[in-house]
Amino acid sequence: MELSGAEIVCESLLKEGVEVIFGLPGGAVLPLYGALSKYPDLRHVLVRHEQAAAMAADGYARSTGRVGVCSATSGPGATNLVTGIASAQMDSIPIVAITGQVPRAAIGRDAFQETDVTGITLPITKHNYLVMNVSDIAPAIKEAFHIARSGRPGPVLVDIPKDVLLDERTEFVWPDSVNLPGYNPPGEAPQDQIDRAAELINQAERPVILAGHGLLISHAYKEMQQLAEKAQIPVITTLLGISSLPTDHYLNVGFPGMHGQAYSSLTIDKADLLIALGMRFDDRVTGRIKDFAPNAKVVHVDIDPSELNKNVKADAPVLGDLKPVLNQLLEKVESNVHIDWLKYVDALRAEHPLNEVPQTGELLPQYVLTQLAQATQGDSIVVTGVGQHQMWAAQYCRFREPNTLITSGGLGSMGFEVPAALGAKMGRPDKVVWSVAGDGGFQMTMCDLATAVENNIDVKFAILNNGTLGMVHQWQDLFYERDYFSTVYSGNPDFVKLAEAYGISGIRVTSQEEVAGAIQQAIETPGPVLLDFVVKRGENVYPMIPAGESIHEMMERPPA
Amino acid sequence: MSLDENLHTIIALVEDRPGVLTRIASMFRRRGFNIASLAVGRSEKPGLSRMTFVVEGDEATVNQVTKQLDKLIEVIRVTDITEQEIIARELALIKVHATAASRSEVIQIVQLFRAKIVDVGAQSLVIETTGDEGKINALHDLLEPFGIIEMLRTGLVAMVRGQADGRTSDGAGLEAFSHTANGHQYGAGS
Repeated sequence: MELSGAEIVCESLLKEGVEVIFGLPGGAVLPLYGALSKYPDLRHVLVRHEQAAAMAADGYARSTGRVGVCSATSGPGATNLVTGIASAQMDSIPIVAITGQVPRAAIGRDAFQETDVTGITLPITKHNYLVMNVSDIAPAIKEAFHIARSGRPGPVLVDIPKDVLLDERTEFVWPDSVNLPGYNPPGEAPQDQIDRAAELINQAERPVILAGHGLLISHAYKEMQQLAEKAQIPVITTLLGISSLPTDHYLNVGFPGMHGQAYSSLTIDKADLLIALGMRFDDRVTGRIKDFAPNAKVVHVDIDPSELNKNVKADAPVLGDLKPVLNQLLEKVESNVHIDWLKYVDALRAEHPLNEVPQTGELLPQYVLTQLAQATQGDSIVVTGVGQHQMWAAQYCRFREPNTLITSGGLGSMGFEVPAALGAKMGRPDKVVWSVAGDGGFQMTMCDLATAVENNIDVKFAILNNGTLGMVHQWQDLFYERDYFSTVYSGNPDFVKLAEAYGISGIRVTSQEEVAGAIQQAIETPGPVLLDFVVKRGENVYPMIPAGESIHEMMERPPA
Repeated sequence: MSLDENLHTIIALVEDRPGVLTRIASMFRRRGFNIASLAVGRSEKPGLSRMTFVVEGDEATVNQVTKQLDKLIEVIRVTDITEQEIIARELALIKVHATAASRSEVIQIVQLFRAKIVDVGAQSLVIETTGDEGKINALHDLLEPFGIIEMLRTGLVAMVRGQADGRTSDGAGLEAFSHTANGHQYGAGS
């Protein structure tokens, strides 16, 4: 049977096992929507802004480990996806974005709503396609999903001109395999690399595992835990790796870096071996490279060869997929105890503990997060925005299962928390999903509360409302002579009334005493709920290692 | 082979598809890598092009260049051949000022370099020459006093000298790419 290009897109998505597409239609992509309406198995979630479509696809991908899908029309629809795509690229998230394009004859003529979206997304996608023939649609979509999910995952964009979507002359032929001669993601690592890494691990007296996002992507958290337990190696997670080891595990030594726990950063400083697993030595982790882990050799395992020796020189680079690599390592790494080292790390933790929430009688944002941690017991999915609340969430929330902290780590996109939480809840309806926001980020994407309402996506929205762009305000406080230019929001809406305007319940919380009750009420109320925590303005996140500096310049706690 | 030890010669086998050159150029720009020269053309296999890059940078930088290049989906294989025995050639067209008085002197230089005169005008000669960078630079320097009106250089193309096992410069066996043309999944390792 001959199908249209748009129907071929739908058939291809079904072949890939897609259940949900986040998107917003427009002229060029309308033929696809005409077909989607006849494919009830492909659920379409209509967003209010395309940025939310990309970020919801991202949240869905992170919560499920599957490929998230979003769609938009040409021109502004496609450009609105860009921040979400860039965020997925930086955090290695598999999403496929399908965009309509102006008809082939109009391409290059500055047609209405024409934009060169493959050009625009070139540096922020793992790969992209402009599909100029209807017979190329199925292979392009098959390749797009394959590329998005395999190796180091990432976003792939497929741009299809309107007349190609309308073309009705082709049979649907789903290719058996992909033809990508230049794409061969590694699996097991070469044995000599494993041997060298195992040798360094077996010799180390003060080893530490740096557990990155790659462990979650490769589903290798169990193997990592086995390795840590076998050789009694403390584990420090990166921000994106936080849920790769339960917070309460006895070897978990927190997360390091700019706003990480002091004892984590100090542990790295004293270590004689870093075992970096699926992490990329981001500058927020390392600070000034030359002062980072000065006493440590480095074993670095990554699936992306370009990450090896990119920021930190590795003594034992290991190229491979973490799951098989960790199994290879487990065979070669000897049981060990590292008693002195673990005692030392415990002493660091005792001397430099997580900052306690000050008792000032005011409602502090840190207090809200400790109460949220208390209420969720590590069983919820926490989706954060970017800034102070993100760092406090990373410090105070507890996690038991993989993929339960979802945050825009690399790009640091404010506004991520609302749509990504919608996607996460769509992917994991069994979980309580918290969207933890600042008032700044929340206002970037709050239009998609309507999407939550329309689709009854049961997300609990917590706004830590300090009326400022808190993290920027903090930098102005510390490094710009308290010139709080353009970081104070004096015209914020009444968020409770806003919730009510969307037909969902909103609760305002202004004192410590109300916090636990409000969180409980939100959990018990079916459907989306918004909590507006009116917190103290001007509270800063500590510890802080200023950008480009080192552990020696760490400000561990607020000045007395 | 290189005149400057910070210059590396890299060859890449790439799929001949629209946008590949943009993708590669975009990657170089975004990561701040410097291309001293770039030449592209068809390879011995239909559908595949071979590119020669001369890249400026220290070991670590050039290492990143090759890895980032290799990461591009349409780039099949990347090899830094700087340290190998290579043949490197560049073609140059040089339009040099030549009057009746100076013409014979120019012709002598051209003959000395085994270059060719491909066009003769009343006031100028166009010279075609092929060679490595050093030869073209030397010819250029000798012609400069006459007045160079225009010069065009193709950029270096390079190839590893004949290998006993019949491999290409990329290190692939002769049959390595035979599957790509008829649409099967590529089997040769990375």
